[in-house]
Amino acid sequence: MPAPLLVPALLGVLFLVLPLVGLVVRAPWSQLLSSLAEPQIGQALRLSLVSATLATLLSLVLGVPLAWVLARSTIRGRSVLRALVTVPLVLPPVVGGVALFLVLGRQGLVGRWLFETFDYTIPFTTTAVVIAETFVAMPFLVISVEGALRAADARFEDAAATLGADRWTTFRRVTLPLVLPGVAAGAVLCWARALGEFGATITFAGNFPGTTQTMPLAVYLALQSDPEAAIVLSLVLLGVSLATLLLLRDRWLGRSGIPAA
Amino acid sequence: MRLRAPLVLATAGLLSLTACGGSSSSDAAAGSTAGTEDAGLSGTLTVFAAASLTDVFTDLGDQLMADNPDLTVEFNFAGSSALATQIGQGAPADVFASANQTQMTVVTDAGLAEGDPTVFTENVLEIAVPEGNPADVTGIDDFGDPDLTLAVCAPDVPCGAAAEQVFEAAGVTAQPDTLEEDVRAALTKVELGEVDAALVYASDVQSAGDSVEGITFPEAEDAVNEYPIATLAAAPNPEAARAFLDLVESDAGQQALTDAGFRSPGA
Repeated sequence: MPAPLLVPALLGVLFLVLPLVGLVVRAPWSQLLSSLAEPQIGQALRLSLVSATLATLLSLVLGVPLAWVLARSTIRGRSVLRALVTVPLVLPPVVGGVALFLVLGRQGLVGRWLFETFDYTIPFTTTAVVIAETFVAMPFLVISVEGALRAADARFEDAAATLGADRWTTFRRVTLPLVLPGVAAGAVLCWARALGEFGATITFAGNFPGTTQTMPLAVYLALQSDPEAAIVLSLVLLGVSLATLLLLRDRWLGRSGIPAA
Repeated sequence: MRLRAPLVLATAGLLSLTACGGSSSSDAAAGSTAGTEDAGLSGTLTVFAAASLTDVFTDLGDQLMADNPDLTVEFNFAGSSALATQIGQGAPADVFASANQTQMTVVTDAGLAEGDPTVFTENVLEIAVPEGNPADVTGIDDFGDPDLTLAVCAPDVPCGAAAEQVFEAAGVTAQPDTLEEDVRAALTKVELGEVDAALVYASDVQSAGDSVEGITFPEAEDAVNEYPIATLAAAPNPEAARAFLDLVESDAGQQALTDAGFRSPGA
């Protein structure tokens, strides 16, 4: 490997890995087991995993068709649509939370109708957590899948058409299997982003143990009163994330491990 | 091309002359501050203060900057527990004003405060409801109603610690829907009309003006938060820190605090 690439690469690795090493080294290993037994940690972890998974599923249902529209359709204003869809990526998450409030809150544009008709409010519920996480994480999926769709060979779809398949069948049996590694990679990114979401969650969903206090929120609050507990929580989150990323990368993302882009 | 270097030097020379002339003008303004002799403070003053002090301290900071044109006052307003943690982690601050003694003790125990903190004001809790009180909240007992959407501060934040004391005094098992990380976040939820009621400080109810209504309750007297202030041992600008403290404790500063809904210490 050429030296001019090796040195920066090494620095990059150190920069990203050292903080994680610091977390492991500073962990209160003697108290670890007793800390883990505390109910709040189990609650936060369960909530985080469930909400991140639900957010990813919702993102798949909405995001894959959206990516298809962006990549394959010929409607006008696609570039504007793409820009709008990726706004949550550059928007500070807290701003996203405020925006969600203004639309889905009790006094919000849509939320007001929801409250008056069904007496149901979204903020401060687990639903709000899923919505907040989907808002920030879906663009990752859309971009990844759109990239995969663009790179996929359109000739297979043309062949399917000439053999008599309608567009829905083509999508189901030719396009989707072709871009599955890209979808999987996008889903993993989406899941990881949803798991780590903090700003939009604490602003829109609030903070309450068991209902809306996800792991990142629990870590933030623990840091102020009990730093050791915060480190334990961080370690658990790190471990779970690492395990998931390692498990998924080889199996679903193709031999090279690089998503089709 | 050849004219460039002399031109740059001349411009630099002119600029440095103007800089020299600016620092002496603050002496004239010194007499207008409430009895404090500021001999032209300069540099930056960093104040870490509890979220509830946002409006009052910003005004006092503006006043100090007006009296000392070379001084820039910067604030970090957040929950006192977050601030105490940041100071413990080495954040460069000159002054720390906490919303209760507990969080100041965190800083003094770590040996990071200069001298002893002084209590400069007090605050009591008040129930804040959106304009028009849509849920007809009447008192602290309503905080035990699971059907209402309620916001309370997180227990490690001074406002939340006081809330717990108040609930105990009133014999209420609180049913909050969210535990906010600082009192202003709880207040915002009320202003947006997203919660039926929140337990915030009397000063916050006042600062929100017409968009929020306040409901006082007797048990609030069981949890009066004393606000201590201290300069920090590692303060980069100790002179300005001292001046800010003097301003806060002066008659003008105390008046500003009581006008904002705070209470005189020991009241």
